[in-house]
Amino acid sequence: MDDPFTFGQIAAVNALSDVYAMGGRPVTAMNIVCFPVKTMELAVLKEILLGGLSKMREAGVVLVGGHSVMDEEIKYGLSVTGVIHPDKVLLNRGCKEGDRLILTKPLGTGIAGTAEKADLAHPDLIARARESMTTLNMTAAEIMIEEDCVHACTDVTGFGLIGHACEMIEGEEVGMTIYSSQVPFFPGTLELIETGLVPGGLERNKQYRLPLIDKESSCPESVFEIMFDPETAGGLLLSVPPERAEGLVGRLRRAGVIEAAVIGEVEGRKKGRIKVV
Amino acid sequence: MIEVNAEGLSCPLPVVRTMEALKEHSGETIVVLVDEEVARDNVLRLAKMRNLTASVAAAAGGRYRITLTPVTERKANG
Repeated sequence: MDDPFTFGQIAAVNALSDVYAMGGRPVTAMNIVCFPVKTMELAVLKEILLGGLSKMREAGVVLVGGHSVMDEEIKYGLSVTGVIHPDKVLLNRGCKEGDRLILTKPLGTGIAGTAEKADLAHPDLIARARESMTTLNMTAAEIMIEEDCVHACTDVTGFGLIGHACEMIEGEEVGMTIYSSQVPFFPGTLELIETGLVPGGLERNKQYRLPLIDKESSCPESVFEIMFDPETAGGLLLSVPPERAEGLVGRLRRAGVIEAAVIGEVEGRKKGRIKVV
Repeated sequence: MIEVNAEGLSCPLPVVRTMEALKEHSGETIVVLVDEEVARDNVLRLAKMRNLTASVAAAAGGRYRITLTPVTERKANG
């Protein structure tokens, strides 16, 4: 990511996402920034902070201060505080047998970023990934809170879709099936994987979780790989009762979360395992 | 013969370096050295995508030597 304003936006979206994933409403944030003041223009720092601030404003969050550290490399993140009723806290645990799994953003930001660094990404792919990474999970979270039927929720970030799905069922009495044909991803990412342009983190995610996965031949190899892509500012992954899934997806889409989709279900058999079909 | 030493590089750099070499030395045989299975597999994917003939020789210490040959050249030679 070369543009400092966008970088700031993405960092803020990523940081705010944790509160949304718990069903909370973010209220305040503090900036945490490391910056090489001796070798880089301060204007860059200003742009990063403005980018972050633009997303805090959109989220209705008040910036209450922060810390800055002199460092050799730019780092920017936020410490976010939100509010939620103690009885309404959503955890990544709590999926129930029969639940449907809803994913609210397409996969592929890691692959897109890798290709962009290598100067091999199509401009459309870069634009799509950037748009997705700068989109708050606010709308999705608001609808999720209003519907009040979600059993478990997490946000899909560095461990990839399957990594975070594994966390949802670790030590639980349930397993999952993921329908590869329903999983949304950015156009152009499959081709990049097939060319061997795979982020290092994707392979690490895959090797780590592979022992828990039963992959059927109906899932193409390259689609399977995308499910391990380390995402930045990815979407929410919700586990909801089956009778509510379609209505929730419809509402999300009408509200602008247009790629939201049911991508799988929670199974009673094979606890702790994920079948990918 | 062109040699690309991608040992010690993490993905996707071995593939990127190989792509650069393929572009610069189109039609020539290129040897890529990697020291990770993942890097080997990714270079092999690139070869498949680019319709190159690839042969892999494993070397000591988990290293691999991948020889990429354009299919057309092989046909011409034999």
